[in-house]
Amino acid sequence: MKVKSLEELKKIREESMDKVNLREHGEINEDKIEILVGMATCGISSGARETLNEFVEEIKKEKLNNVKVIPVGCIGYCHSEPTVQVNISGEKPVLYGNVKGKRVHEIIEKHIKGGKPVENLILHVDFERA
Amino acid sequence: MSKFRTNIMVCGGTGCLASDSEKVFKNLKLILKARGYADEVQVIKTGCFGFCEQGPIVKIEPDNVLYVRVGPKDAKDIIDEHIIKGRTVDRLLYREPDKGKKAHKQEDMPFYKKQLRIALRNCGLVNPEDIYEYIALGGYEALGKVLTTKSQKDVIDIVKKSGLRGRGGGGFPTGLKWEITSKQPGKTKFIICNADEGDPGAFMDRSILEGDPHSVLEAMAIGGYAIGADKGIIYIRAEYPLAIQRLNIALKQAREMGLLGENIFNTDFSFDIDIKYGAGAFVCGEETALINSCEGKRGEPNYKPPYPAEKGYFGHPTCVNNVETFANIPPIILKGPQWFASIGTEKSKGTKVFALAGKINNVGLVEVPMGITLREIIYDIGGGIQGGRKFKAVQTGGPSGGVITEEDLDTPIDYDSLTAIGSMMGSGGMIVMDETDNMVDIAKFYLEFTMDESCGRCTPCRIGTKRLYEMLNKITSGKATMADIDAMKQLCYMIKDGSLCGLGQTAPNPVISTMKHFWNEYLALIKDVDNYQEEGRYIATNKDGTTIRS
Repeated sequence: MKVKSLEELKKIREESMDKVNLREHGEINEDKIEILVGMATCGISSGARETLNEFVEEIKKEKLNNVKVIPVGCIGYCHSEPTVQVNISGEKPVLYGNVKGKRVHEIIEKHIKGGKPVENLILHVDFERA
Repeated sequence: MSKFRTNIMVCGGTGCLASDSEKVFKNLKLILKARGYADEVQVIKTGCFGFCEQGPIVKIEPDNVLYVRVGPKDAKDIIDEHIIKGRTVDRLLYREPDKGKKAHKQEDMPFYKKQLRIALRNCGLVNPEDIYEYIALGGYEALGKVLTTKSQKDVIDIVKKSGLRGRGGGGFPTGLKWEITSKQPGKTKFIICNADEGDPGAFMDRSILEGDPHSVLEAMAIGGYAIGADKGIIYIRAEYPLAIQRLNIALKQAREMGLLGENIFNTDFSFDIDIKYGAGAFVCGEETALINSCEGKRGEPNYKPPYPAEKGYFGHPTCVNNVETFANIPPIILKGPQWFASIGTEKSKGTKVFALAGKINNVGLVEVPMGITLREIIYDIGGGIQGGRKFKAVQTGGPSGGVITEEDLDTPIDYDSLTAIGSMMGSGGMIVMDETDNMVDIAKFYLEFTMDESCGRCTPCRIGTKRLYEMLNKITSGKATMADIDAMKQLCYMIKDGSLCGLGQTAPNPVISTMKHFWNEYLALIKDVDNYQEEGRYIATNKDGTTIRS
């Protein structure tokens, strides 16, 4: 396909963004949000892989370019896997337990987009972090 | 379209390929497939990350974890541990050599902290063989903007205002070069990209072409529009097979999308690019020799004037710019000349890419803002001298430059300050020497190079470099006298003053500069030096009876 105008090029750019969105660009985005998915053995066996992919898909669908989904190791809440932690810069990290299916959508809608944590899913962390 | 959750970026630069990154790439793909993750995780071969000392480099995105020295066998752990279980593979993280501190993220590493990447912006970030990735990061927008909204004069003004100077070494203002070429009479004009990188130890241009070929193609089209050329030529040495391969892929893709060819962006502007292969002669980096070689003649320089801007390729006005110069153009157009001019020193704007080599811990490719000191490059970014030895000197400007010693390490780097301390910016090779290096041998090494590379057209260079090399050989074999040293000094200035082109005019520089800074080491090798005093100190008697004290 031939590019005939700057608008067409910008459209191609828009369509190609998915290819590079996952990568760190030079520009630092202040309001970056991280979603950490516990992907240890217990997490995976409880469906963390599906949860992670659901997050990735949802984020892509909603075009939330400032959100990164990162697989991490076990944090010791095996009884409530899959666990998901949401880090929003400047705010206290929030840990969710039993995140599956519709709850992914709920976290995205209410917390990521709305800025309000989903209270009934929160796991209260009662240990100090170094 | 895909919905990958993770990108594994594997360095596909020549340095990492030489240490088996191709196998790492293949193994990663195979294991991903075997584990059933091929639809979620993609593996991408990208351009040079610059940290060649620690290659092969593998970066995991969006986690932003950088692994170093990844061997083909490590692919299994990266997939099974990091990708599947989310556990960072500790043993593959970079450790600071002296402190043992581990760095997870690229920006935590001292090597990257002080760098500012403009020319290398996409190296290690995109797949160089995919034009869509380049477009996704704003590629070809500068060309579109220029063709649809700017006049030729506007473009030249932007580049002039940015203060960009030629990155090949000479430092001639790029905007001015474009303006001069654009004002020449005649309809047929050419723009040439000089990719004949020949300094020993330099690989800046190669890495840009391997890692981000489209940025050079886009900039050439912008330059072509500004000077009124509809034809561009990339003159590249045939020893860069990977760069050539990726350039050819990039050219094909750009033509298919109509970003090169007839009526680009539906305007009257048509432009295409040809690749000419050089046989790897150092002198062909000199623009008139380069043009002769492009025309199919012997790669020998001509007398200037007339400059190529007046009479170049087949007698037509021609503008020759370096690869790195071109790579700076698209960001200047998109972000504006003020942005670019805000980086660097008063007379040297922007950044410069250097290839760090020699006795330094972090051998690799770095891009730093002008005005940074050599000490910062060598100790903060370069990680200091190998084996904890003492720094002795650094050679910038390749065989045309000179050595810089400890006392000048705090000079802010720009074109003029480096010339003032007896060296030059050059194309960006930076070779670090430690206390175990003999400086006479270093001078001899460079002279052997220029002697071999002298094209033979003019006598002072052809015979002068040969004689100079013989004299250095006599010194290092311990047979020379003070009279030989005197003769050598004279010969240096004869070659400098009598040669036709830059090669000869600068060939004696390594000798002159090592004699200036390391006179003791020459004296130590002279037969008729008497009065040995203590280590490194001598009193020598000249032919005419005068004495030299070291």
